[in-house]
Amino acid sequence: MSNEEIKTIISALLPSASFEEGGEWLNIGIEVADWKEAAQKLRNYEAIPFNFLFCLTCVDWKTHFTMVYHLRSTTTLDNIVVKVKLDREKPEILTVSDIWRGAEMFEREVYDLFGVIFLEHPDLRRLLLTDDWVGYPLRKDYEDPINMIKL
Amino acid sequence: MVEEIGKTAEGDLIINVGPQHPATHGVLHLVITLNGETIKKVEPHLGYIHRSIEKMCESLTYRQFIYCTSRMDYLSAHINNHACALTVEKGLGIEIPERAQVIRVLMDELTRIASHELWWGAMAMDLGAFTPFFHAFRERESINDIMEETCGARLTMNYMVPGGVMMDLHPNFQNRVKTFLKLYKQKIHEYDELVTGNIIFQNRMKGVGYLSKEAAISYGVTGPAARGSGVSCDIRKLYPYEIYNQLDFQEILETEGDSFARYMVRLREMNESIKIIEQLIDNIPEGDFQAKTKAVLKLPKGEFYQRVETARGELGVYIVSEGGTTPYRIKFRSPGFSNLSCLDHITRGGKIGDLIASMGTLDLVIPDIDR
Repeated sequence: MSNEEIKTIISALLPSASFEEGGEWLNIGIEVADWKEAAQKLRNYEAIPFNFLFCLTCVDWKTHFTMVYHLRSTTTLDNIVVKVKLDREKPEILTVSDIWRGAEMFEREVYDLFGVIFLEHPDLRRLLLTDDWVGYPLRKDYEDPINMIKL
Repeated sequence: MVEEIGKTAEGDLIINVGPQHPATHGVLHLVITLNGETIKKVEPHLGYIHRSIEKMCESLTYRQFIYCTSRMDYLSAHINNHACALTVEKGLGIEIPERAQVIRVLMDELTRIASHELWWGAMAMDLGAFTPFFHAFRERESINDIMEETCGARLTMNYMVPGGVMMDLHPNFQNRVKTFLKLYKQKIHEYDELVTGNIIFQNRMKGVGYLSKEAAISYGVTGPAARGSGVSCDIRKLYPYEIYNQLDFQEILETEGDSFARYMVRLREMNESIKIIEQLIDNIPEGDFQAKTKAVLKLPKGEFYQRVETARGELGVYIVSEGGTTPYRIKFRSPGFSNLSCLDHITRGGKIGDLIASMGTLDLVIPDIDR
């Protein structure tokens, strides 16, 4: 299915979504308040169930964070990218680990490295770094004079 | 971590496996809650080999960052390099010469065989059979020799660069590969005779670590681990890159979903890789091995995602570019990370003795998980 067709379907499914084209896949922008409901709709949409969350990450844009969810449907093989903007001062978003269970580890990683709080997450602890680590390394303003390489 | 050793209020025993344990194949730390011999919960503790490759890559150029990725999944270094090179090429819009594409596919498939060989030997050793390890290394060694001759390295090759491959094939390459194919075909029946048909082995593998199709999709499991549950997820077939759409090979699927199914998928996958190599080894086109690229690469502003099928599953490289010489943000979606997330699900309710069999067939490589 082409990006245009997916766009028509999704704009009917999620009226509040915004779209951004030009990339390889259709980019869908969703407000943080609508995210959980939208995720459920995308997962359970019958014609194209986006049931495979293959990448979940975050990008620090210095003014805000963007959560990036890469979804694909294992039946129709269509891909979409969902982006949710977060406030940098208070980065909070509802977890999707109950919808795609693989998200649990991905979200722990993002919490560990970016400091994004996933509300209602079953087990939100640091994953890769030690429990007493100070700061969130993948943020752009993170400074560590000992462990960081600069070229 | 010390306070986690002991007993819970309900009288369940909590034990640690790893971080230094031969069956975890590296520095994976599992905290297991046990009721008698039954597993109630498995909790992986990661980060013992975390190097923050993603942060490092933000200060390395598009030619440099590829070297870091060989250190992620060190058993399929070629394929990691391949994924990065493809992403950068996608951003730059470079077409690479046909010779380079064929060389890349040949190297990928040799890597896949080498990786599965090591997995086979190591997994048999996890289950207590020591001899298969030597059988596996006998064949793997000849692949490593081929790699060494052409790439100059045996493990972290760094051979695939944006635009093609770093240098041309060694003149001996074709002969060496053909010798290897002959050797492999003479010896492959030993694998079945030694391990697959063994009744003790089968009893320990069948019905152990069951992963349903729905759970595999929900957890994001990919690669042979998911194909053992009947999930069609071979990126070479679904979203072909390079020349995979012109090649004749099958996507191996088993529907049992247990450890034995995952084991059979990998064994049969090696034969498919052999099939691909046979199709290409006499048909390497003449020409350049590298496209002409600028000395300093600058990706246009935008986002680029490329996925490839490594020996363990789907590796995705996500580059966010601001138009500079270094990536603004880079994310590696490593297959091992998602595959590990289902470990608790497949082992819960089983016996502790079966944990190793389940974990062995997920084929975890720890630096790939920790990055």
